[in-house]
Amino acid sequence: MKTLPDKNGHFDIFGGRYAAETLMPALLELEDAYDKVRKDKSFIREFDWYRREYAGRPTPLYYARRLTSVLGGAKIYLKREDLNHTGSHKINNTLGQALLARRMGKKKVIAETGAGQHGVATATVAALFGMECKIFMGEEDIRRQAPNVFRMKILGAEVVPVKSGTATLKDAMNEAMRYWVGSVRDTFYIIGTTAGPHPYPMMVRNFQSVIGLEIKKQIKKMEGGNPDVLIACVGGGSNAMGAFYAFRNEKKVTMFGVEAAGRGMNTTEHSASINGGKVGVLHGNKTYLLQDDHGQVRDAYSIAAGLDYPGVGPEHAYFAATKRATYVTVTDDEAVEAFSFLSRQEGIIPALESAHAIAYAMKIAPAMKKNKTMVICLSGRGDKDAQTIIETM
Amino acid sequence: MGRIGDKFESLRAKNEKALIVYLTAGDPSLAVTKELIFELEKAGVDILEIGVPFSDPTADGPVIQAASQRALKTGTTLASVLKMVADIRLSSQIPIVLFGYFNPIFAYGVEKFARTASEAGVDGVLVVDLPPEEARELRVYSDAAGLDFISLVAPTSGKDRMKTILKTATGFLYYVSITGVTGTAAPKVEDVAREVGKIRKLTKMPIAVGFGISNAKQAKAIGAVADGIVIGSAVVKLIDENRNNSELVKVISNYTREIKEALR
Repeated sequence: MKTLPDKNGHFDIFGGRYAAETLMPALLELEDAYDKVRKDKSFIREFDWYRREYAGRPTPLYYARRLTSVLGGAKIYLKREDLNHTGSHKINNTLGQALLARRMGKKKVIAETGAGQHGVATATVAALFGMECKIFMGEEDIRRQAPNVFRMKILGAEVVPVKSGTATLKDAMNEAMRYWVGSVRDTFYIIGTTAGPHPYPMMVRNFQSVIGLEIKKQIKKMEGGNPDVLIACVGGGSNAMGAFYAFRNEKKVTMFGVEAAGRGMNTTEHSASINGGKVGVLHGNKTYLLQDDHGQVRDAYSIAAGLDYPGVGPEHAYFAATKRATYVTVTDDEAVEAFSFLSRQEGIIPALESAHAIAYAMKIAPAMKKNKTMVICLSGRGDKDAQTIIETM
Repeated sequence: MGRIGDKFESLRAKNEKALIVYLTAGDPSLAVTKELIFELEKAGVDILEIGVPFSDPTADGPVIQAASQRALKTGTTLASVLKMVADIRLSSQIPIVLFGYFNPIFAYGVEKFARTASEAGVDGVLVVDLPPEEARELRVYSDAAGLDFISLVAPTSGKDRMKTILKTATGFLYYVSITGVTGTAAPKVEDVAREVGKIRKLTKMPIAVGFGISNAKQAKAIGAVADGIVIGSAVVKLIDENRNNSELVKVISNYTREIKEALR
């Protein structure tokens, strides 16, 4: 595969920089600044140090013996991103962006959050580096992810409730972008997923690509080669792109991105933008979008707040269009079942987002041969979802 | 030269500044929008910016966000806005700029949009989230159809950025007078004067200023340093406040007449 994006942030027809003029100078400045640090040895050293000493990387690649034996097929490994500091893969990216913000002399950071995982990871690095921090979060998400809201406040961040639309992730991102338009001179916007205008999709991917690079090394040691199958959940797609990217040229590795089918693909209550959407432009990039015939963006829905987004990162759109990865769907019910199943079988409570990846593994692992290997990206831990699970009982 | 260029030229000859008014199409209904347009023309409004509502207007403040939501609820679509413009053209020559976001245009089809808009009598388009870097996919068709591509210059745009924008801008240049979304702050006249001065050194194109002007006094002060001013949120707010008032059209037309007086 060719190296993408191109210089204007395009992944073939996807991606780009569809942003208001007020933000363009900031995006160009960010692109320049990121270009400098990505090859800068002192930045790489610093980033590595924080990942290792602060976030706890590398995370284990855990052989799930009971899960494997109960499902009776492929050998299943879990990439334990839930064991990162703050409880998800989000810290990989916020550390990178905060270090970059610091080098750019920005002392204020903002972020949008859905499940609160990215909000917590941003509030954490803001505390660590002494930055002022505002987190935009939909009111509905504030309600269903209360533990993460408390964590952000404990860390000293201001949580700004967003009322517009369905009061979920899309609306939080709208509001964060509006706030950024007004504060762009001194504020760094830490986008949490591989979406947004260029250079964000590329930059977030690169900061998250450590997941796949570690998997590659770890599975080689344990199994002597690459996994046969790689599975990750996809909302905006940062954990999935982080896991997939190192394998993009390994044609024998089959990759599945799992979208949220919510209450079913035959309803409008889902978040599966690749499986149920059309190409469009939102939040600065061209990608698959849930939208009506007139180009109005539809509200997404998923039980997992972190997947509840009507778009998807442009590089996933590109992987889908070129068939490099296969995008499948899992319903709320299947995700909740997988949530309990993994908790009981392995003593690991997964985030409801990650439970979508587990649920798809449960569908295909039994039919795979025992000598095949599968890696599931366990992107986050599920303590935050206790309230949501209680409500489903 | 099209209707937009002609308008600026004739105003320049009279030593007048252009009053550009923004309306969100379909708020409170397309029928009222149409009626407003005819009345605004009589009140002396020089150019109309017709906002095509979008579900996620990330460059707009709360007033226009709410108006867009109301317009979408009444079923306003890009197709119905184009039809309205075609109806207006039967009896009016006021220059019309469509203002909006790219996705509704992309969903409609860029080629079909350029053709239909031009046939309907649209004079220019201002697509907030289509900077020069991404504009080609629309301009291949919209330039060919004779539509002006109105470009934004922001307070954050430095000289190099201004040059990039000016290379491809047509019609008039829209200077965003505040670092923020629409209608959320009052512009500082001395800042605007300085920035507009910088742009003047680079182009002869008319420069209009907007994003926060709400009264005749501001209009006069900003009009003194630019070729035109844009009023958006203030009008949209007034429409909302008077939506149950039978004199709605009169209220809006009086308000704009007063502002136009300040620009003569």
